[in-house]
Amino acid sequence: MIEALSYEFMQNALLAGLLVSFIAGIMGSLIVVNRMVFLAGGIAHAAYGGIGIALFTGIPIFLGTSIFAVIAAIFMAMVTLKQKENSDIFIGLIWAVGMALGIIFVDLTPGYNVDLMSYLFGSILAVSRDDIIFMAVLLCIILLVLFFWYRELLAISYDSEYAALSGINVKFFYTLLLILSALAVVIAIKVVGLILVIALLTIPIYIAQNITHSLLSMMFTSGLIAWVFTLVGLWFSYTYDLTSGACIILVAGLSLLLFMGVKALR
Amino acid sequence: MQNNQALISVKNLSFSYDRDVILSNINLEVYERDFLVFIGPNGGGKSTLMKLMLGLLPLQSGSIQIFNKKVNTVLSSIGYVPQNTNINLNFPIKAIDVVMMGAKENRKLALEVLEKVAMQEEAETKIGLLSGGQRQRVMIARALYNQPKILLLDEPTSSIDVDGQKQIYELLKKLNEEITIIVISHDLSLIMKYANKVAHINKRLTFHSLESLKAHFSTNDEHICEVELLQMLGKIQ
Repeated sequence: MIEALSYEFMQNALLAGLLVSFIAGIMGSLIVVNRMVFLAGGIAHAAYGGIGIALFTGIPIFLGTSIFAVIAAIFMAMVTLKQKENSDIFIGLIWAVGMALGIIFVDLTPGYNVDLMSYLFGSILAVSRDDIIFMAVLLCIILLVLFFWYRELLAISYDSEYAALSGINVKFFYTLLLILSALAVVIAIKVVGLILVIALLTIPIYIAQNITHSLLSMMFTSGLIAWVFTLVGLWFSYTYDLTSGACIILVAGLSLLLFMGVKALR
Repeated sequence: MQNNQALISVKNLSFSYDRDVILSNINLEVYERDFLVFIGPNGGGKSTLMKLMLGLLPLQSGSIQIFNKKVNTVLSSIGYVPQNTNINLNFPIKAIDVVMMGAKENRKLALEVLEKVAMQEEAETKIGLLSGGQRQRVMIARALYNQPKILLLDEPTSSIDVDGQKQIYELLKKLNEEITIIVISHDLSLIMKYANKVAHINKRLTFHSLESLKAHFSTNDEHICEVELLQMLGKIQ
């Protein structure tokens, strides 16, 4: 393992793991406490539409996917704010239509030979310097949002009705939350893939929820836990030549089982 | 008895969801230091009226004025305790942070209002670990944090045992020395012992001051038949 650290791809992978873990920890916490896990899953799958369109038009995949995911997120925000009762149906619809769009565009792309699996299951070992810059910028944006608006985000997450009474613009912050979630999902796709992204956005958070007393500490504890999962998963992936995304998620899943077992015994 | 101006004045208010009329031509005046109880059947429009008073639902017809101003401009002087306080029990948040929610952080003031509801010792406890009654008192503290002049509570005792209910009523009674209180409740003991006015809401509003109510029941207070009383509250005008 030590000699692996001298490879640039490994250094990039470790750096990406660190950045993505904290992005997932912070945004995952907000997603979980706002009960938006299904919504985040919808965005993750709809994002595949963005991958297809980016491949077809030749724009950078990260950029194309991000734009598409943000549009999907804004659309979902409008729908869920307007039609609370039917929001599940619309999320399912965006989920499926986004994926279908992606598949059609990939079909239409001439000379297509991109490794689809890397989007479905992630490829942290193929992270580039540009990807890392993108991740670092997103983490900075998220930290800035927290710095300025933590109080507002906490209020809308805990009790949006009361937040509205306190004069907080609930719609704005809800939409902001969804846009940042969409970007976090796109980033996490790079590491664990769009099929597995939900696990990274929920498992560390569930564990952190049980051992923290504030949303802020939950965010950073989740980030730390996700980072440990990423490192251990990466080690398994490298040592036994297995798919990295799946390794990370399995490590997370087994840790969760262990955690629940210990919790039940106590 | 009260010759001052009404704090809250509701005029010709109607509200409907799609085609279902929820409230029809409601008129109501609430004065300083009133302790008013909204009663009425489920779906009769009590919560809707309260949400209209808070600006949580848009006005359709009629008007609501609080301190002679539009609702949205005076929200900081109204405290609100919502009906369901058992939401989000896993949420990692301490009682004191719930109290300061959505407002400027002032721990000293937060501890003061927690002391008012006898919860200062649980300030650092995770909200989900408190009992229903304790949580309800934290929500009251949150409503008091902005130092409101009016306190609105939507069924504050619905998920609490009898002892907890009594504590909350006593607390409200004490708060009523300074604050105007409106409570939605089904509990007749609250109405008979603590309130000074009752409004029965079932699409329409029938208003009673408690003195006239008690006069109607010239028999002794201990033996009021609840069903009879509720029927009467709906009818007499």
